[in-house]
Amino acid sequence: MKGIKSNVRERIARRAEEEIKSGYYVNLGIGMPTLVANYISENKVVVLQSENGLLGIGAYPAEDEVDPDLINAGKETVTAIKGASYFNSAESFAMIRGEHIDLAILGGMEVSAQGDLANWMIPGKMIKGMGGAMDLVHGARKITVIMDHVNKNGAPKIVNKCSLPLTGKNVVNRIITDRAVLDVTKKGLVVREIAKGFTLEEVENSTEPDIIVPSSICYDAY
Amino acid sequence: MKRQFMNGYDAVKDIADGSTIMVGGFGLVGIPEQMILGLVESGVKGLTVISNNCGVDEWGLGLLLKNHQINKMIGSYVGENKEFERQVLSGELDVELTPQGTLAERIRAGGAGIPAFYTPAGVGTQVAEGKETRIFDGKEYVLEKGLKADYSLIRALKADEMGNLLYNKTARNFNPMIAAAGKVTLAEVEEIVPTGTIEPDSIHTPGIYVQGILEAIQEKRIERRTVREG
Repeated sequence: MKGIKSNVRERIARRAEEEIKSGYYVNLGIGMPTLVANYISENKVVVLQSENGLLGIGAYPAEDEVDPDLINAGKETVTAIKGASYFNSAESFAMIRGEHIDLAILGGMEVSAQGDLANWMIPGKMIKGMGGAMDLVHGARKITVIMDHVNKNGAPKIVNKCSLPLTGKNVVNRIITDRAVLDVTKKGLVVREIAKGFTLEEVENSTEPDIIVPSSICYDAY
Repeated sequence: MKRQFMNGYDAVKDIADGSTIMVGGFGLVGIPEQMILGLVESGVKGLTVISNNCGVDEWGLGLLLKNHQINKMIGSYVGENKEFERQVLSGELDVELTPQGTLAERIRAGGAGIPAFYTPAGVGTQVAEGKETRIFDGKEYVLEKGLKADYSLIRALKADEMGNLLYNKTARNFNPMIAAAGKVTLAEVEEIVPTGTIEPDSIHTPGIYVQGILEAIQEKRIERRTVREG
């Protein structure tokens, strides 16, 4: 089972990588979004921002390079690329809030048809905190959420209205799941791509809101 | 010449019960470890702590939590600490969760003489409940208040004898804003160097914000040691 799950995560992460254009400054959320960094094409020049005060996250360090003072926002030890910069947390979020980050890729628990995102809290169950997610969803120029299409019980995670506390309202631009790529538009959710192994009907049935299906939809896309 | 302390306890022993303290760091990186241990030793109670995180169960601010020295915590992410969750769910600990960028800006504002500011973070969520909102250029913002503290405890790489500070890599994080937001700011550093040896252009926190300095050795515990293979 674990192998299947990691394959799914890799597939989503690889598809999410296609959202990143050369020249972008990108913030990757904690968890599955962090995996996207593993698949960034060598042909792209991309600078990854870490909200704890680093622009230019590098690879994980070799054993003898580990520096306890150098971590990413997930508290993992990292390295810094040539040309990286360090700064304080207020400046980091000025960078985010001031719309200087081209793209943020975040995880999600629920996304609504209007682009509301819930990804920080399950009432009465876990108290973790929102970290930088609430600032990021209003700051980055484009917000892409990557997640499983359905939850552990098989229920849709793309819903008419989020039941969990919101991270932000009307903030998500694109959703990438193991089954499909969908855009949040003023007219509603538009499906752009269907993943290998799934049909349009399966995607429609596992998505709570109605989906707009344009003529130019891409099947077996990833 | 700023006051220099002998050890962590010596630095923090005057902090009274019920004080509001700000503590620098992101996760365990850039925390004033020895001063936190000093607070454990002093046994000061009823603290309101403003810090991005609350340590882990056995280190950093988690030690104060375990000792029931904290009444209220203002932070953005406390997911690394099981005791924290237990105390909140049982009603022993009051918590105010604030978006991280809002927290950083509230501290910056507090130290910069700005009582409140508008930010988009949290609009339409429970963070904005009960707060003033206002629309600028068609977009909604929420009014957030600046934060100040009785004491600010921070960590830097180097201080000179005038209290000018230089930080190391991502250990900078919240420390510079916290330095300015405390009535009394105490800096724990790895090394105190003679005045004049840090280039004026390289100083991150000017000494005006710093009232006392402590040279100490840090353990620098790592939360998630991640290395690449090969």
